[in-house]
Amino acid sequence: MPTLAPPLPDRTTTAGNGDAAAEAVRAKFPGMITRQEGLDQETWIVRREVLSDLARELKHNPATRYDLMLDLGGVDFPDREERFEAIYHLYSIQRNTRLRLKVPLREDDAVLPSLIPVWKGCNWFERELYDMFGIRVEGHPNLRRILCHEGFVGHALRKDYHPTKRWILTEDKIYKPHFDLPEGEDDLFERMTVNIGPSHPAMHGTFRLMAVLDGETIVASDVEIGYLHRCFEKMSETHTYQQVIPYTDRLNYCSAIINNVGYCMTVEKLLGIEAPPRAQHVRLMLSEFYRISDHIICIGTNLVDMGALTNFWWLFQPREEIIGLAESCSGARLLPSYLRVGGIAIDVPSTFLTHAQHLVNTLPKYIDDVEALIMKNRIFRDRVDGVGVISREDAINFGFTGPCLRATGVPFDVRKASPYLGYDTYDWDVPVAEGGDTYARFLVRFEEMRQSIRILQQAIDRGLPPGPVMVDNPYVALPPKEKVYNEMESLIYHFKLIMHGIQPPVGETYFQVEGGNGEVGFYIVSDGTKHPYRVRARPPCFTIFEAFGKMITGQTIPDAIAALGSLNIIAGELDR
Amino acid sequence: MSSTIIGESWVTTKFENLEEWAQRHSFWPFPFGTACCAIEFMSTVSSHYDVSRFGSEVVRFSPRQSDVLLVAGTINDKMAPVLKKIYDQMADPKWVISMGACACSGGFYRAYHVMQGIDEIIPVDVYVPGCPPTPEGLLYGILQLREKVVRDRRKHGREYPEPALASSEGKAEVEDQSRKESRESAHTGAATA
Repeated sequence: MPTLAPPLPDRTTTAGNGDAAAEAVRAKFPGMITRQEGLDQETWIVRREVLSDLARELKHNPATRYDLMLDLGGVDFPDREERFEAIYHLYSIQRNTRLRLKVPLREDDAVLPSLIPVWKGCNWFERELYDMFGIRVEGHPNLRRILCHEGFVGHALRKDYHPTKRWILTEDKIYKPHFDLPEGEDDLFERMTVNIGPSHPAMHGTFRLMAVLDGETIVASDVEIGYLHRCFEKMSETHTYQQVIPYTDRLNYCSAIINNVGYCMTVEKLLGIEAPPRAQHVRLMLSEFYRISDHIICIGTNLVDMGALTNFWWLFQPREEIIGLAESCSGARLLPSYLRVGGIAIDVPSTFLTHAQHLVNTLPKYIDDVEALIMKNRIFRDRVDGVGVISREDAINFGFTGPCLRATGVPFDVRKASPYLGYDTYDWDVPVAEGGDTYARFLVRFEEMRQSIRILQQAIDRGLPPGPVMVDNPYVALPPKEKVYNEMESLIYHFKLIMHGIQPPVGETYFQVEGGNGEVGFYIVSDGTKHPYRVRARPPCFTIFEAFGKMITGQTIPDAIAALGSLNIIAGELDR
Repeated sequence: MSSTIIGESWVTTKFENLEEWAQRHSFWPFPFGTACCAIEFMSTVSSHYDVSRFGSEVVRFSPRQSDVLLVAGTINDKMAPVLKKIYDQMADPKWVISMGACACSGGFYRAYHVMQGIDEIIPVDVYVPGCPPTPEGLLYGILQLREKVVRDRRKHGREYPEPALASSEGKAEVEDQSRKESRESAHTGAATA
């Protein structure tokens, strides 16, 4: 059964500033690392010659222990002499500190050392860096495009790449699988290659798994993604800050509001403002409702993949009601785009709390029913026990976050580790389970729904704080229509905001929230104009799916199907 | 269905009419779901909206067994050959419903890797707008397709004595012209929802 973990010490993300342990590591590389002052978190500019050594030191030094490689992204500055910047975001679970490494690279010598030996999760990130910026990675075993197709020419996130320039993929260029078969086994007579997806119900429509089977057992596999790459990051650069919000909805479309919260809070952090209490309260409540909805979809579809259809029908009924709550607030069902930078779009309806209370009353029954149907069911247990196992070390090494990491016994939850929206003022626990298999992931998700309900009950009891739902800042929030028609000043602010948008100061920031399947982070670079210079989304699914090939090796195809469903990979977020 | 009822247990009709009646009341969809729209499609299929009221609940994941290709979600250039192959594998008669803004026109992803509407590669019968469309919208689209089947049969099938939908027939004839025009003519149904 899931055990409840002791809460991590409450420290904010900026705790890394002036960190003595990290300073000691920095001192070991004199002249190679410059500390960048005045940013939201500890930032080092690193020469690439020492990057590998530094990474190893940061990870293995017991004083620093940066064991989680959260994100690797790039930024292109065409005017600078060192055109590209590769940006690593590191996190230490034990110390709850964050660190950002920047590696400047020249265009004519854009080569990075591969950090796969240090953090396995770097593999796909490095391929993405190559795909999007053309930065080559030395020592990478399989450096080819990951998100764009094989017929693509150029590197899409470079500033000189036109956002709408498309390339056609022809049949002859379609990817042929590549397998790392075990050495010394040349008996290929019994082996068979099976291709599943991308258009396959168990692959959720957009993943492609190619597996080599020896009898029934998967001996090697290759995973191809990018079938839903719809250019979120490039699109963000061509829109204003408020216009990016609908795009963030479509990252993890099962829990759209949480992405909204992550993005809006990042921009608010950049602007140095805070949403009013009423807006924050609504944000928290909707986040938790959407987290439940996310888990319902994950559990429901996973069980459908395993043949237990009843649970899906049964769970979708309360989910419809959750969606109905969002619809009553925003008018849209699945993807409400309800948040705005600085608050929420409009106030909630007067029935909001009653509706929420009704949901909180009815949800536990549905969850209990489904749990009773499956958790002691012999057929179900045979399908999930010991299936898709990932060890704690591997999970951290790959950069897992969220329920999949907690299913290996690591009590890391962003809501506890670096609380936002006042999560630290609520009484709730982080569910963890041991084992890291599909069953453990089920346990964690079920318990997490109950904990969300616990938070929601407290939120309802506290009631909605009175007051406005948007900040009172004419550079961020549109003035009320009434004033626009009657006051000259408001009219000007309205005009300015519509024409020129929100213009945050030059700078950069990273902010993270706990999404449905892990840490959703946004790294935004602002150049002071109305368009974000760069929006980088930290996708939790990306690192989780990266480990999928390892998890299913030695198991059968039905096991792979069961394991994939329990990972809750959302293509919109995986491919962005 | 034009038919005659004789006594209590006999019905006489023409075979074509029977076939048409069966066809339009039992579309078996192939859900080519890739993104957010697929989640709304799940809502449509599941208990609350229950698409089986309209005979489309038999979701088939084999192109050989399905009548309607229901493209739900963004199709990008990497996915395009897959979609085309699935469409080609479907047996006639077949129809295509394009669900959501992305499948219809690329939606707000006017970008380097996104197909600007699936009608770049396959013909579409019904466009359902929305991002994502509500389940009601999708149900309306399915009902529109039903009407289109009757219309098309009257036009291309055997001769029928009473051309009840003469006005819409004339509209359907422009379909072979440019892509834009064909899109507009096919828009007659769900687009006005």
